[in-house]
Amino acid sequence: MRLADRHRVAFSALARTPLRTAMLLLATAIGVAAVLMLTALGEAARGYIADEFQSLGTDLLVVLPGRTETSGAGAGMMSGATPRDITLDDARALLRSSAIAAVAPLVVGESPVSVGSLERDVTIMGTTASYAAIRRWTMASGEFLPDVDMDRESPVCVIGDTIGRELFRGEPPVGRWLRVGDRRCRVAGLLARQGVSVMVDVDTVVMIPVAMAQSLFDSAGLFRVLIQARSRDVMPAARRFVLDTFRERHHGEEDVTVITQDAVLKTFDGILGALTMALAGIAAVSLLVAGVLIMNVMLVAVSQRTQEIGLLKALGARRSQVLALFLTEALYLALLGAFAGLLLGFAGVWLLGSLYPDFTFHPPLWAVAGAVLTSMACGMLFGILPARRASRLDPVAALARR
Amino acid sequence: MWPTVSPQSRSSPSADGAAILRLEQLTRTFAVGDQFVRALDGVDLQVAAGEYISLMGPSGSGKSTLLNILGLLDRPTSGEYWLAGEQTSTMSDDRLADTRQREIGFVFQFFHLIHRMTAVENVELPMMLAGVPPAERRARAREVLQRMGLEARINHRSSQLSGGERQRVAIARAVVMQPKILLADEPTGNLDSVSGGEVIRIVEALHEEGLTLIVVTHDQALGSRAHRRLLMRDGRIVQDVSG
Ligand SMILES: Nc1ncnc2c1ncn2[C@@H]1O[C@H](COP(=O)(O)OP(=O)(O)OP(=O)(O)O)[C@@H](O)[C@H]1O
Ligand SMILES: [Mg+2]
Repeated sequence: MRLADRHRVAFSALARTPLRTAMLLLATAIGVAAVLMLTALGEAARGYIADEFQSLGTDLLVVLPGRTETSGAGAGMMSGATPRDITLDDARALLRSSAIAAVAPLVVGESPVSVGSLERDVTIMGTTASYAAIRRWTMASGEFLPDVDMDRESPVCVIGDTIGRELFRGEPPVGRWLRVGDRRCRVAGLLARQGVSVMVDVDTVVMIPVAMAQSLFDSAGLFRVLIQARSRDVMPAARRFVLDTFRERHHGEEDVTVITQDAVLKTFDGILGALTMALAGIAAVSLLVAGVLIMNVMLVAVSQRTQEIGLLKALGARRSQVLALFLTEALYLALLGAFAGLLLGFAGVWLLGSLYPDFTFHPPLWAVAGAVLTSMACGMLFGILPARRASRLDPVAALARR
Repeated sequence: MWPTVSPQSRSSPSADGAAILRLEQLTRTFAVGDQFVRALDGVDLQVAAGEYISLMGPSGSGKSTLLNILGLLDRPTSGEYWLAGEQTSTMSDDRLADTRQREIGFVFQFFHLIHRMTAVENVELPMMLAGVPPAERRARAREVLQRMGLEARINHRSSQLSGGERQRVAIARAVVMQPKILLADEPTGNLDSVSGGEVIRIVEALHEEGLTLIVVTHDQALGSRAHRRLLMRDGRIVQDVSG
């Protein structure tokens, strides 16, 4: 039997039961589309996190108190006793390295902030002028914190967009005064609107000089020290210098953790990559379900076409020809279903993209290829049983079936 | 009853021709529950090429079982069957299928056409299985259908044809591969006498051209037209009359 004939016969058999064929195609299509959309979601999350960290700059080092066991984004598991605080003097000492361009100490806390009778609880970030440069923040109006010595408690602050609108009710906030806890400070600048960045909603923060934050929260220690290396190349040198400096200043104890955003990114990347794979796996299960469905319907088709199969055999069809005929049918179902699934999946991905424009949705190539191949493999695998049953039918009994 | 067939068409069988079919002590038993049914119980038979044979006998006497074995659709339980000098018991299933395709044409009581296909497509089917190129098989199918007097029905679906027309399409399908043997199991069993007569006329015309013809029938008149008449009873051939 010629290949073209085999395809034509298989195709016409499918076309003869359009509703059933459509249902099977839909089942496969949903599986393939699910793989595409779920992996696109996973990849979008990964891309989003990567972008976030990229926005920090690739030349960034972060020092946090305490030693983590692992070098990645571990959650500050201590080894040994309570670590020594990181002080402003420690931070200042870091500036001595030629590998380090800027140092921004950071203290974070919550405090009520008020203007007149309006008050709300706000995330307070105490830092220095360098912070804006390191984070590449821009101002909507006014200026960032003044470039003065870290110890100075100048009564100034910088506020996020939402704070500005809520506390000053649309009036320009720069130059106005607000109350942070029990202190007063003048608004030096309004941050450009930027939403959530590295999991902090920048629009709802109030930034004050680090020394003021320390006395406001009554803490000598710093939450973090952000360090900008002169270039990417000197990152290892900068890191070594940071560790050496702290060991020296902390009596030989290495009780800080230095993380680079590369390491953090790698960890997140790994986690989210695994998530994407898990999503793909879940979606692939639906392909398996579609395969079982194909098998069932094909078994019904074989029993409905028993007489026809008997006839083909009486006309001299070999067992392998009958087998090939039914396998071709199953393969067609899988292939057409996969194609429909690609259309459906890409349409869904496009829809996701237009619903959430902040994310980039792209099903990874491996998922597209994998979904198509899996559906074909399922079609073949689950097509074999019915096809074998058809090919083994006894022609006499098959023809006698009325 | 068969007015369209002239008496001259009854040529005498070539009794001394080479045996195209030879059966020796053929048996076929079916297991039914824990019982065994002996459908064929030691059949010996020789058929020369070009013979016209009718096979009659009461219901359940084993006619269809014998025909199915002759047509290689079924294998005997014991005994030997030589087809055109070849022992069939040693043939693989694929060989049997190929031999069936080449040597044997089947005509059934219930036609067994594929309804979604047109007449010409039904006739093309065996050629399609054999891998004949589309243009050639279409031409051959048309030619055979014309010979069956069906030129006006070529593109009709089989569901649009009358019983007699369907059986003629089925005959066209059976002979389009130019087999040596035509096996017909009650070919007129489902037809009125007029269309039955047409079918018989066609089949006998094919026999005139050298086709070996074996017809199973319950119809005494039809059975007596054959040049050699076999009678079966309880799985045995109990009468073999020529002339
Ligand atoms: N597949 C089978 N399983 C069990 N018994 C069978 C099978 N096929 C045939 N038989 C039995 O074998 C015997 C012969 O059957 P067969 O069909 O050959 O008879 P027949 O002469 O063609 O009868 P009819 O004139 O009714 O068509 C019967 O007793 C039948 O019941
Ligand atoms: Mg019968």
